[in-house]
Amino acid sequence: MTWTDLAVTLLLSAGLFFYAAGTVGLLRFPDAASRLHALTKADNVGLGFVALAAALQWGSLVVAAKIAAVWLFAILAAGTSAQLMARVARQDDGDGP
Amino acid sequence: MTATFELILCVMILGTACVALFVRDFLTAIAFFVVFGNLLGLAWLAMGAVNVALAEIAIGAGVTGVLLVLTRSRLLALGEEIACGPARPWLRLGAAAACSAFTTLLAAAVLSIAPGDDLAPVVDGLMPRIGLDNPVTGVLMAFRAYDTLLESFVLLGALVAVWSLAPPAAWPQPPVALRMADPAALNVAGSFGRLLLPVALVMAAYLVWVGSDRPGGAFQGGTVLAGGFLLAAMGGAIGLPRSDDPRLRWALVAGPLVFLAIGLAGAATGRFLAYPDGTAKALIVTIEYVLAFSIGVTLALLVAGPPARAGTGP
Amino acid sequence: MTVPAVLGHLFPLTGAVLVGLGLCGFITLRHPLRQLLAVNVIGAGIFLILGGLGRGEGVTDPYPQALVITGIVVSVALTALGTAMIARLSEDRRAAGSGPDQPKDQDP
Repeated sequence: MTWTDLAVTLLLSAGLFFYAAGTVGLLRFPDAASRLHALTKADNVGLGFVALAAALQWGSLVVAAKIAAVWLFAILAAGTSAQLMARVARQDDGDGP
Repeated sequence: MTATFELILCVMILGTACVALFVRDFLTAIAFFVVFGNLLGLAWLAMGAVNVALAEIAIGAGVTGVLLVLTRSRLLALGEEIACGPARPWLRLGAAAACSAFTTLLAAAVLSIAPGDDLAPVVDGLMPRIGLDNPVTGVLMAFRAYDTLLESFVLLGALVAVWSLAPPAAWPQPPVALRMADPAALNVAGSFGRLLLPVALVMAAYLVWVGSDRPGGAFQGGTVLAGGFLLAAMGGAIGLPRSDDPRLRWALVAGPLVFLAIGLAGAATGRFLAYPDGTAKALIVTIEYVLAFSIGVTLALLVAGPPARAGTGP
Repeated sequence: MTVPAVLGHLFPLTGAVLVGLGLCGFITLRHPLRQLLAVNVIGAGIFLILGGLGRGEGVTDPYPQALVITGIVVSVALTALGTAMIARLSEDRRAAGSGPDQPKDQDP
């Protein structure tokens, strides 16, 4: 096992931990806003760790740049959709009982 | 290890399909359908079919999911209930029995066929002649170009059929606007769409270009383009065109027409849809770029739906 | 050496079950939009059978791959036409004054 393998394993484990935390939050948090918070924040960090691991495993700068772009757009999409969903959730709460 | 992964993947595919089919709430069903599509994409990746994985995730999960969500909200706006009561027990039992029997037959048929890539060496042997490295693009654009040409006309025909469903007096107005009603949400979606439309253009061009040698191609690129158009339309960054706009008409037919023209030119020099030696790659890339643009516009308008009377917003 | 053989049939078998599930959904679900979703599940199952049987050592046959891509695009065209027809039917029912309360099926 080389140092790269070790680093990739560690990064993947960290990513998995954050994904698990985000999923637990999604399932256990009481309302829409905090669930969104768990999903977008924890999962994006998790994706970041997995992306780092993938880039390291590949060992090429061009591929790393592509993976970084993927991560960036994933964050952007998550932020935008979380905003929109939170707005709808708040409206639903306002209209509801 | 691989076997375990694939087994878990298959169980998850079947599980999400069950939820998408039989859950009571339709929005949940659509969400699970999109997850199902993405898992299928993973299955294609596990098989090494990256081209199909891209198409499945972009078209099967993405565009189909958007279509279902939009139709659901349109039906809800019309006051229609989508949740349907459970079917009669005897019908459910009968359907389950019949479908299990059918599945068993199908599984027996599947097991009687030995999986194998018999045609891969054949295709590989032919690839140097057209100068591409991605065998799937080779099959789509050269060896089975006939299929792909007809498919591009099928897409166009589907759009014509969708347009023919326009209510009286609506022709040739634009479709129901996709822009979000809530001003704050429109603001958020607008900045996202304005940022993503140019990115989608670059991404689509890249996918088509790289599709000659590595996974990608006209359909994947065109779908990314359609996604960019739709996001921009939802954010109000672009409006939807009237159905009789001549520029729109040209954008829709350009791809199939260029494909057909090059095919007919091939017929003049030899065989229909045969590319002269040495020009194959240039012709294929030309067709693919025009085709990807037309596919992007067609898919976006397919999602937007038929022309609607002015003032019938969502 | 039985594992590769099983693996070769794993995805096609999943596809066969998907076709069965989708068919069952298509028969028992009463709303056309849900039936359209079931048709898409059936299609996905057929694609898995077609493409999965082309799986060889390491690579998948490019020929069925191209056919499946064609199929995916055609199925989205079908779905778009289906949703447009469902929406139009709903509009017409509303315009005809029968209203959305009218049950579409004769179930008690």
